[in-house]
Amino acid sequence: MPVTRTELLIATIARLLEGCGHVAVGASSPIPGAGAFLARALGGDEMRVSVLGSRRHNFFTDGGRELFDCAAQGRMDAFFLGGGQIDGEGNINLVGVGDYPTLDVRWPGSFGSAYLYFLVPRVILFREEHSPRVLVPTVDFVSAPGVSEEGVWRRGGPHALLTGRCLFAFDRAARRFRLESAHPGESAESVAEATGFGYDAADPVPETAAPDRRMLDLIRGRVRDEIAETYPAFAAEVLGTAA
Amino acid sequence: MAATRALIRRGARDLRLLAVPQCGIQADMLIGAGCVRGIEAAAVTMGELGGAPRFNAAVKAGAIEIRDSTCPAIHTALQASEKGVPFMPLRGILGTDILAHRPDWKVQDNPFAESGDPIVLLPAIRPDIALFHAPRADRAGNVWIGRRRELVTMAHAAARTLVTVEEIVEDDLLADEATAAGTLPGLYVSGVAEAPMGALPLALTEHYGADTDHLGEYARLARSAEGFAEYLQRHVLAQDVAA
Repeated sequence: MPVTRTELLIATIARLLEGCGHVAVGASSPIPGAGAFLARALGGDEMRVSVLGSRRHNFFTDGGRELFDCAAQGRMDAFFLGGGQIDGEGNINLVGVGDYPTLDVRWPGSFGSAYLYFLVPRVILFREEHSPRVLVPTVDFVSAPGVSEEGVWRRGGPHALLTGRCLFAFDRAARRFRLESAHPGESAESVAEATGFGYDAADPVPETAAPDRRMLDLIRGRVRDEIAETYPAFAAEVLGTAA
Repeated sequence: MAATRALIRRGARDLRLLAVPQCGIQADMLIGAGCVRGIEAAAVTMGELGGAPRFNAAVKAGAIEIRDSTCPAIHTALQASEKGVPFMPLRGILGTDILAHRPDWKVQDNPFAESGDPIVLLPAIRPDIALFHAPRADRAGNVWIGRRRELVTMAHAAARTLVTVEEIVEDDLLADEATAAGTLPGLYVSGVAEAPMGALPLALTEHYGADTDHLGEYARLARSAEGFAEYLQRHVLAQDVAA
């Protein structure tokens, strides 16, 4: 069976999480969740993974605030954020398009992004849609800023931006993304055409590494079963039904 | 949800909602039914079913006051009320448009730092009423909430707490350490009403799952004002009014 785009994204996320002790996954995030489970399986089960919305993969007992307090204590190494808009300085917008507050399009809201972006060392931005309307020159509303002024206490921020077309790394000193690799079927040109902001790039741009045999077996077996508890439809439709 | 429907049947007006820290169909129905003057939330969403349609329409029309927040800010501002202090500091948030649109939040330098270190100060939130549904209560008004500790924070912070439960039991929930640890003592509870299946169409963990067909019907109908009115007639106004 050929490697699907979803499997490539899961494997790429697992590689980005290498070395993390505790990874937390927010709501509506089946691919990041599967990526975290894969990273845990590859790392000999030493990683802790907490998945919002899961019963089995949720070890928090102190209410909604615990995830945030846990991040503040420095006990969370990686988290995932998305964005209706993401700009070239790593600013993300989860509120809407147009002039606040009435807006032309209203999205749900900022959730914990305004806080976790500062507290969690390795924030992975994940957005499958890679188009000029998502990757914009400047966001209409800053839910969470990619970088902060000197003197602002901050231990976390964007680490990478993974889309359906490519993987960017974020350079905090340069305040810019750098194109690391393009997924199969994409090129430096096709990525540039679909991106509304400027960025640096490797030359030539390598292809995003495919998952190896071991990763694929885990994705199609154990990881699928683990993610099925929280995202049954995703596990069945995207990762195949259980053997 | 039982109490939400009762509020709509009673024609509640001018409510100011606080989502802890996000909300969905409950807030959307109250807004659509004209019960709401303003809302403070980190997010308003129907989750997998997409945006909250009546909320989105009201935002666009400028019909409700909206205070965009971020999850830990709501938890933290409630914790200030728990402790009876006027404000609490919180990391992050600096440089966001959330902060830019919250004149009630302040930024000050950390008084314990040698210099600089700006930090956000959040005024305590003291709700008039905390309202939630729980599995069970006893005759003394003790309410078992399990590990949903944010309900405890809400009750501590609010002036009054009203709870609907699946059942009222004859046992004393504080008599056994195993149940006492997950119990909100009656000291904080102003009123309890029995409302079996009272969370439907939402889920109540360990009791019943969400009624996804019903939620889908809501999301579909509530896209238009006429459809929403039809939903209300069918599922809220036409019910036998027990509450």
